[in-house]
Amino acid sequence: MTDVAVPVAEKPLRSPAPASGLLSVLRQRYLLRLLVQREISARYQGSFLGLLWSYINPLTQFFIYWFVIGFLFQMHKDVPHYPIHLFAALIIVHFFTETFVAGTRSIMRNKALVVKMAMPREMFPVATMLVSLYHVGPQMVILVVVCVLSGWTPDPVGMLCLALALLIIAAIGLSGALLFSAANVFFRDFGNIVNVLTNFVRFGVPMMYPYVIVHDRFGRFADLYLLNPLADAVVLFQRAFWVGTVPDADRVRIEQHYGGPMMPDHLITHGVLALLGCLVILAFSQWVFTRLENKIPERL
Amino acid sequence: MATSIVAENVTKEFTLRYHRTFKEVTVAKARGHKTSDRFNAIDDLSFTVEEGESIGLMGLNGSGKSTLLKMINGVMRPDQGSLLTRGRIAGLIATGAGFHPQLSGSENLVLNAAILGMTERELKRKYDDIVEFAGLGRLLDAPVGHYSSGQKARLGFAVAVHVDSDIFLADEVLAVGDKPFRSKCMKKMMQIRDSGRTLVYVSHSPASVERMCSRVIVLEQGRLGFDGDPKAAIHYLEYDTPEDGEELTDEQMGNDI
Repeated sequence: MTDVAVPVAEKPLRSPAPASGLLSVLRQRYLLRLLVQREISARYQGSFLGLLWSYINPLTQFFIYWFVIGFLFQMHKDVPHYPIHLFAALIIVHFFTETFVAGTRSIMRNKALVVKMAMPREMFPVATMLVSLYHVGPQMVILVVVCVLSGWTPDPVGMLCLALALLIIAAIGLSGALLFSAANVFFRDFGNIVNVLTNFVRFGVPMMYPYVIVHDRFGRFADLYLLNPLADAVVLFQRAFWVGTVPDADRVRIEQHYGGPMMPDHLITHGVLALLGCLVILAFSQWVFTRLENKIPERL
Repeated sequence: MATSIVAENVTKEFTLRYHRTFKEVTVAKARGHKTSDRFNAIDDLSFTVEEGESIGLMGLNGSGKSTLLKMINGVMRPDQGSLLTRGRIAGLIATGAGFHPQLSGSENLVLNAAILGMTERELKRKYDDIVEFAGLGRLLDAPVGHYSSGQKARLGFAVAVHVDSDIFLADEVLAVGDKPFRSKCMKKMMQIRDSGRTLVYVSHSPASVERMCSRVIVLEQGRLGFDGDPKAAIHYLEYDTPEDGEELTDEQMGNDI
């Protein structure tokens, strides 16, 4: 911000358009924090249960999957601690779809601000991502409690996996949000495309089924499956929580039964590569966003 | 004296689309109708504003006043030419933009101040002044969704005039405020003008423009129509011939846009 105490004559003559880009968003942390707070407190304004809804929604989803896939499809028998396996994946999937879907709408929803105020427009997708991240918190609390009750203790590698998983989703979710929020201004179709895309997400990651099945069915093509950064993030997240709860005897049993590893080899390498890939995609999205951005105010 | 706003051959092109859906576009193309039109909302406009000047921006509806203001504000960038400004810009261009109807007045006040570029420390210093200026009392704790349009405008205005700035833009001013608040606002605007800040004032009310501004720029379909003395500008626009014997009085001050 320019300092008003400095005489005007000493300030440079410059373009009034704000510096754009994700970096300038980081420079305006105060505004970003307020926007995130506004979203969080507005979401549950006037609702009786308030923040509890952040627990209720994933929990009900969890019970549906638990009953249908675990009980009806008998996944409980094959996969030890299947509910934890499922819930861990659900948290990651939820974080991604929330960021992607809400982020895509974020610029349209903040029309009034975008048309009139000079601020980096990346602010809105970023704020949406942070709001989604905030809602990961309560879900992780539930997960940790259940894991601890199932004999889980945190380990350093697991925590590294956890951080990688969240970073991957933050990066890929944000790039999707950037790309589609700008595109959505020009054609509302993109909002619908996002809904279609998110349908695939639940099935493209080892959520309902364990990774070991992928290895069993795909054989040497299993590595292709891991090209999907979402699958990497889910596997990493499961490594952080679910793996720690599986007793060695069960692990040996499941690996012998399917004839493959429960977790992919070189998991950390996969994770780091996936994160780098996502950062490249993020840079690309930023590039596209900057090109589209100029026309956004007049098209709203 | 330094220059405050420098516009050189500024052009802003808008594309007007008549059809949006795939179906409509195909049908229109098949019939040989035009599906879109380009026009220049601002067309090769050049002018310079010195620091401390108070400029009235006038013109008929659709002459490009708001587009120009948006470019000065930095929301839009010129397609051709350059528009440069010196110092921080604030104004009544977006009073109440981004108010969240479900949040309380004070929560919105804080957010709005940040959107207008106030830092946390600056807001802390001015919070009480803003609250006093808005004069909403205990209503400030109620959700903004329950406010009348006038009350919303009061809150937005109160925040906007308290932002430190070197250039102050005023658009859509005070169309809804009640009379005591309107005169309070006019006084505040005069204060801003007299403090040596550059003022850009968009209005259709000749009386208030004459009172506020030392120079008037008239836009005509995006081009510079007239630039100079307010009285002459008002005459140029033929705003000085009262219709139906209607008298122009101070009463109309602030009934802008």
